[in-house]
Amino acid sequence: MLNDPIITMRGVTKVYGEGPTAFQALKGVDLEIERGDFVAVMGPSGSGKSTTMNILGCLDVPSAGEFLFHGHHVERLDRDQRALLRRKYLGFVFQGFNLLSRTTALENVELPLLYRGDERKARQEAGLAALDKVGLKPWWDHTPAELSGGQQQRVAIARAIVTQPDLLLADEPTGNLDSERSIEIMELLTDLNQNSGITVLMVTHEPDMAAFARTIIHFRDGVVESIEKGARA
Amino acid sequence: MIIGTTVTLAFRAIMRHKLRSFLTTLGIIIGVAAVVTMVTLGNGATASVKESISSLGANILQLRPGQGFGRGGGGPRPPDFDPDDVTAIAQQITGVRAVAAQAQSSGTAIYEGNNWSTTVNGTTASYFEAQQWALQSGRLFMPEEEEAGKSVCIIGSTLKNNLFKQEDPLGKQFRIKGVSCQVIGILATRGQGGFGNDQDDVVVMPIKFVQRRFTGNRDVSMIMIAVDDAYETSAVQSSLEGMMRERRNIKPGDPDNFNVFDTKQISDTLTGTTTMLTQIVTAVAGISLLVGGIGIMNIMLVSVTERTREIGIRLAIGAVASEVLLQFLVEAIVLSCLGGLMGLFLALIATAIAAPLMGVPFLFDVRINVIAFAFSAAIGVVFGYFPAKRAAALNPIDALRHE
Repeated sequence: MLNDPIITMRGVTKVYGEGPTAFQALKGVDLEIERGDFVAVMGPSGSGKSTTMNILGCLDVPSAGEFLFHGHHVERLDRDQRALLRRKYLGFVFQGFNLLSRTTALENVELPLLYRGDERKARQEAGLAALDKVGLKPWWDHTPAELSGGQQQRVAIARAIVTQPDLLLADEPTGNLDSERSIEIMELLTDLNQNSGITVLMVTHEPDMAAFARTIIHFRDGVVESIEKGARA
Repeated sequence: MIIGTTVTLAFRAIMRHKLRSFLTTLGIIIGVAAVVTMVTLGNGATASVKESISSLGANILQLRPGQGFGRGGGGPRPPDFDPDDVTAIAQQITGVRAVAAQAQSSGTAIYEGNNWSTTVNGTTASYFEAQQWALQSGRLFMPEEEEAGKSVCIIGSTLKNNLFKQEDPLGKQFRIKGVSCQVIGILATRGQGGFGNDQDDVVVMPIKFVQRRFTGNRDVSMIMIAVDDAYETSAVQSSLEGMMRERRNIKPGDPDNFNVFDTKQISDTLTGTTTMLTQIVTAVAGISLLVGGIGIMNIMLVSVTERTREIGIRLAIGAVASEVLLQFLVEAIVLSCLGGLMGLFLALIATAIAAPLMGVPFLFDVRINVIAFAFSAAIGVVFGYFPAKRAAALNPIDALRHE
């Protein structure tokens, strides 16, 4: 499993704006993430971790440098090609859950399958299976307003894994939850990492949460400051 | 993504916001309903005008003394026609199918205890031929009856109902203006004329009888000329006018002292007026439909802003720009089509109620319904495209951050 990088970044820089007001968010990031790893990304605000996550999530492209994901040079792909890459290999979990309101849990989870073009029956089966995995199968017909924060985040995780992605990107997944729910979510992510073979990459501020990871990457001032092995490595 | 899926998504999005969706489409509903109602009622009005005009008879010219409908200003009364004029028209004008002289009078008809005031029309059998007015029962005048001016008459259904009630009038004698007259025929019911007059309230007698017993002269007050279908009515009219000027010794440059009334021309004018009114009202209704379309664009734009985060989620989980575009476009089209359908339904109810109240026939026009529906769908495409384009162009990172 080791020495099989799913992600390789070489000399990635990112500049926002132009001229004198230009801001260099990333100043040359070199990074390699092994398949099957559980990585926590830490660092103060403005350290470049969010920018890195956007690039890793194929939502943004580097200003310079190389970013290889699954062997694809993402920096050379256009908008729609990156969307297809996201659809096929990536799952997203956000701090604010980002579920569609007034939409049932199952419909939320089915959403990525809709874009993949799955049939109705296949969508429902896979959606219910994903909800089962996060322990919310009985809640399939509840809308986000009828679910607690922890439950909403589980639905979001179910949505992220329903396509059986290679890489799960979680941006402060426990940022809006109390510590008990946070630990439940972290245990769920750990389970997915260990038993479903999903590589997990998580941004967090909290060392307690980072402790669940096998690798912890610290960002500072637009560069990778250090990479350490986590408690579970 | 399959179109069916997109339509499903659109329905879901619409049902999630029922009230907003309804208010959005209200403009389309009212616009479509207004257009379809106006056109349907307009068609009904045109049809009823045409019908009442055609009951005058097709391609009929009426020759009357004087200018216009009045008998002219203070000058001497223009002379009536004489029977030779009728013969001359029949013999010398080409394209004439039938000519009937008329001498009119009026009086009260009396039969047993009933009396009824009616119009007396002295004419010849060709009067019925000219107007293509059939008998319901009985027979027309015999040539010898016309020649002798015998006291026989053909009555209209209004007179029959009021004078004879349930009795069969054929062969019966009744009195009118002090003379006795035998009923030989009953006319088929014609209904209202072009000017609201009851054409069935009439007694028709040989012209010679009316001249001898009622008017006391040989004057013909009106001549009805039926034009052969193969000829242009206007050509027949102008040769008729030329001949009449000559016969009445009118000097070149002097105005006519008679007039020719073309029923077809009146029919065209009235139909044209109704059609034009319908078009104007429809145009106004069409503008409201356009405003309805702008309403849809407005709400869709608001919707795009409001749903920025949703669009961000969709883009993040792998929707390509064209799928987001399609989703919003289909949503706008579904909205406007639903509005169109509701508008058609509303128009159906409105016309079904309004048509009888206005006294026009309810003519369901498939064409205008199809056109109005297609137009509402087109509005969805046109006014949905811009907001959809805007949604598709959103940057997923910014959209996800949108509060």
